[in-house]
Amino acid sequence: MTAPLTSLDRPNSYIGRSLPRPNAKRLLAGRGRYVSDLRLPRMLHAAFLRSPHAHAKIVSIKTDEARALEGVHLVATGADLATICTPWTGTLDHFKGMTSAPQLPLPLDRVVWAGQAVVAVVAENRATAEDALELIEVDYEDLPIVVDIDGAREADSPLVNPGSVSNVCFRSQLDSGAVDDAFAHAAHVVEEEFSFGRHTAVTLEPRAIVADYDPAAGMLTVHHGTQTPYQFQDLYSRHYGIPEARVRVIATDIGGSFGMKLHVYHEDMAVVGLSILLGRPVKYVADRIESFVSDIHARDHRVRARMALDAKGEILAMDVLDLTAIGAFSTYPRTSVVEGNQVVRLIGAPYRFRNYRATLEVIFQNKVQTSQYRAVGHPIACAVTERMVDMAAAKLGLDPFAIRAQNVIADDAYPQTSPTGYRFEALSHEACLKRLQEMMGYDGLRAEQAELRKRGIYRGIGIATFVEITNPSPAFYGVGGARISSQDGAIVSLTPSGEVRCLISVTEQGQGTEAIISQIVADQLGLAQEHVKVITGDTEVTPHGGATWACRGAGIGGETALQAARALKRNILEIAALILQEQPSALDIIDGDVVDAGTRNRRLPISEIARIVYFRSDTLPPGTQAQLTVSHHFAPQGYPFAFTNGIQGCSLEVDVDTGFIKLLKHFIVEDCGRVINPMLVDEQLRGGIVQGLGAALFEECRYSETGQLVNGSLADYLVPMPMEMPDIAIAHVDTPTADTELGAKGVGEAGTAAASACVLNAVNDALVPFGAAVNSIPITPARVLKALKRF
Amino acid sequence: MDFGETAVKASAFSYFRAATIDQALDAHARAGDDARFIAGGQSLVPALSLRLQAPRLLIDITHIAELRGVRREGACLRIGALTRHCEMLSEPLIAEFAPLLHAAAPFVAHPAIRNRGTFGGSVALADPASEFPAMTLALDAEIEIAGASGRRRVKADEFFFDLFETALQPGELITAIYVPLFKADQRFAFDELARRRGDYALVGCGMLATFTSDRIDDIRISFFSVGNRPMRAKAAEAALIGFGLDAEHIAAAQAALEDDLAPPENDEVPPAMRLHLARVLLGRLLGRLGEGA
Repeated sequence: MTAPLTSLDRPNSYIGRSLPRPNAKRLLAGRGRYVSDLRLPRMLHAAFLRSPHAHAKIVSIKTDEARALEGVHLVATGADLATICTPWTGTLDHFKGMTSAPQLPLPLDRVVWAGQAVVAVVAENRATAEDALELIEVDYEDLPIVVDIDGAREADSPLVNPGSVSNVCFRSQLDSGAVDDAFAHAAHVVEEEFSFGRHTAVTLEPRAIVADYDPAAGMLTVHHGTQTPYQFQDLYSRHYGIPEARVRVIATDIGGSFGMKLHVYHEDMAVVGLSILLGRPVKYVADRIESFVSDIHARDHRVRARMALDAKGEILAMDVLDLTAIGAFSTYPRTSVVEGNQVVRLIGAPYRFRNYRATLEVIFQNKVQTSQYRAVGHPIACAVTERMVDMAAAKLGLDPFAIRAQNVIADDAYPQTSPTGYRFEALSHEACLKRLQEMMGYDGLRAEQAELRKRGIYRGIGIATFVEITNPSPAFYGVGGARISSQDGAIVSLTPSGEVRCLISVTEQGQGTEAIISQIVADQLGLAQEHVKVITGDTEVTPHGGATWACRGAGIGGETALQAARALKRNILEIAALILQEQPSALDIIDGDVVDAGTRNRRLPISEIARIVYFRSDTLPPGTQAQLTVSHHFAPQGYPFAFTNGIQGCSLEVDVDTGFIKLLKHFIVEDCGRVINPMLVDEQLRGGIVQGLGAALFEECRYSETGQLVNGSLADYLVPMPMEMPDIAIAHVDTPTADTELGAKGVGEAGTAAASACVLNAVNDALVPFGAAVNSIPITPARVLKALKRF
Repeated sequence: MDFGETAVKASAFSYFRAATIDQALDAHARAGDDARFIAGGQSLVPALSLRLQAPRLLIDITHIAELRGVRREGACLRIGALTRHCEMLSEPLIAEFAPLLHAAAPFVAHPAIRNRGTFGGSVALADPASEFPAMTLALDAEIEIAGASGRRRVKADEFFFDLFETALQPGELITAIYVPLFKADQRFAFDELARRRGDYALVGCGMLATFTSDRIDDIRISFFSVGNRPMRAKAAEAALIGFGLDAEHIAAAQAALEDDLAPPENDEVPPAMRLHLARVLLGRLLGRLGEGA
């Protein structure tokens, strides 16, 4: 699956080279500019009183004592902020029939989850603000709560939103046709019910915001740890009635995001309003406990699935019901429905079968909102599909590799459209399967497994094929009415010294966006990478664009940079041709010099061109107007999404007496098209896999029957740590997309997409001698021991 | 100093650095006991930040020389209350004469916490999931306490009452812990089942046994993370004393745990699971002990 060679494949190309991130040294030296560290003159600090109840009426709020405390500047309730902020609703038009209640920064008369912010205090410092919180009295009247998925769906269930007919936020069905018929005639049917717990992002730096409203200029500046400054510029402008041009959102360094920091949070909206009310900068940084109860959570699915096969192991059909609970509101502006929508659309995606039916039901409950988090929907779709495939293989006596090889869409059969309507340009399942089997030393692992079983050591081997959605077009959000861009913009300038500045709308969250953009620009312009400065994350400076989410930074942002750099190169060569009295086509740029395209003989440094243009334009032919700054926008066209694919494998050991699982080794073969920086791609994969392994074994937001999060601290909520993580071996297959010159697709979510599925399959493989199986994620010692009936 | 814009979230408190035990006790009394001693601060500081505790006064005891140091005193090792967890790993006297503490130390949280947390602080807090309080039971240690009425020594067996409740009275301070010297005819074993290295264990256990050849003359088995306080497994001990560590007696000890432990209700680790894990761990540790550990 190798595309024809292009200029990008030159041996000395920056594209395809492992280079360290230019910003890594700065961050490691403690020179990062995180919002958490920001101090502005006259800055005040906000703290929030939170609801101890999962569902209650607010009877009264007494704030007199808090207001009187020395150092307190403002105590604001929902009513105070509602006077200046318009409500928002987390629905999108293309999810027909979905509902969600309007939201305000702080509630007016009812709290709907434990931990919801109720009253804001702004004071000279955070400790004083916290002191004031202790002086506020809120009188609540308990309302019946909705906690679990089953309870929420019962006819007589209490309602999260009184006045609505049910707790259903959204319901949809996909049906390609002859599913019942396929099951009726199937030789084999496998069936399972899965549950996937809630987990959350746990970024190293929590959510952080400093809002700075200047009433004299009518200007709002928000320093915001977010992936999507343009989206927030738009939202702050519209909800606070400030012209867009007078709203500036600056997102400098961010201590991790993973999708969590692109949603509207009540506290963040409140902080903007508090700054407007006070005319002073107001800062809020969530502490860890606040993060656990107010950051979006993710997943929380109950999936029932069936798969039909013929006698030879050909998959005929799948039939799926996904119930997912999202908290009390659908998140704004991206909704909380995308996850479930992607679950039901991605199930079965690697395989050839045509008969597919899925029902999705998205349900409200009295918990914090769930929404998009790294690999939205993918881990659920992958785990359900791949576990079914393994169950089918076991039933038919087929090897897991063999049944997949038999059923994946053949590498030479593209383009293809999935039964759910996804259009695949070109994927490489067969090549990936083959490569993984070699890389794992699969036969050797199986032999070792058999040998160790005789000694009472139970190892498991699991594999999981996946398809990932990347490079989304307006089909993702734009068509639903969200003002979330799918295009990106770049402004590239040659400086007077002959260096290049690139201002671009994609953002950096530590994954190396700025590094790859500088590689692409340097490559296309024929400059050294250190002579390219990339600037991101400031709506006042960088052009409007989608920014970085859904694996679009490299594929869309990268193409934008490539096209912009090419345009600047054309302009530079036009001027060079005038100076050298040549045709532009006879010239090229290599290592910062204009050269003869044919002989590569050095003619003129581009710094000299810059000098002449900026300081001695009088020496250029009359009428010359040199354009050494170009702007370029790129919107993806062609396929609505650039799908990627890959396969993961793992080997682990189950201690059948304790239920503990030791991960021994993890493998991935991934196809993200053209790899711009192999080191960054590999580390993205490793990071993604580790997050997937966290979900598989450790991470779960556990709630009590009264809707209280019971493990909201890092002592109780277990994130994956190095001691428990295995080595991760990586290989690539490269199938560039033909939709862009660059050919890059996304890679940031591939690791997370299949890691938990892989572990689920491996644990079940280890448990085969006991006739036991697990079907819940995370796979905790309790669940393993339960499956083994050890207690 | 300008703390105006730092993220300190604790309630305001006064701070006093005591140079002697008497100064510390006196300061506590003068604060009307609305005070806390602070040493390593690894449990207290998070509690202050969470505002779970808001004392008027913090009394820093880390500069009291008398609370420091590890030395032999007769048949015991005197381990000063300020001995840090990391010193349990680095101090040769502990490795030689209290090897069970040396073995448990790597399991205590993470290096950054071990660098600051103190032995005395851990025992005084008596977190039922902590390694060291439980090990004082296995070691038959004595805890030396200073208070308004002078000094006293309390056997570990009589020190731990209930959840975070100990023989310490308000205003009292642990000064040292006395551990009988490890002897040539003794063996020890320690391990825990924690989901991640450094986490609070689901179950943990340490034991110290005295042998005549392969027969157990005496054994003290102590569990942590099994209830409201560290627990001696006396029924299991009784099932082993006088016998060799064969499969039959190990099984008897495992069975006896039902009488020793009554794990609390927990959504993640139900009581029956914890008892099961305790039995598995006990079996493994006794196996190691039998091999000479």
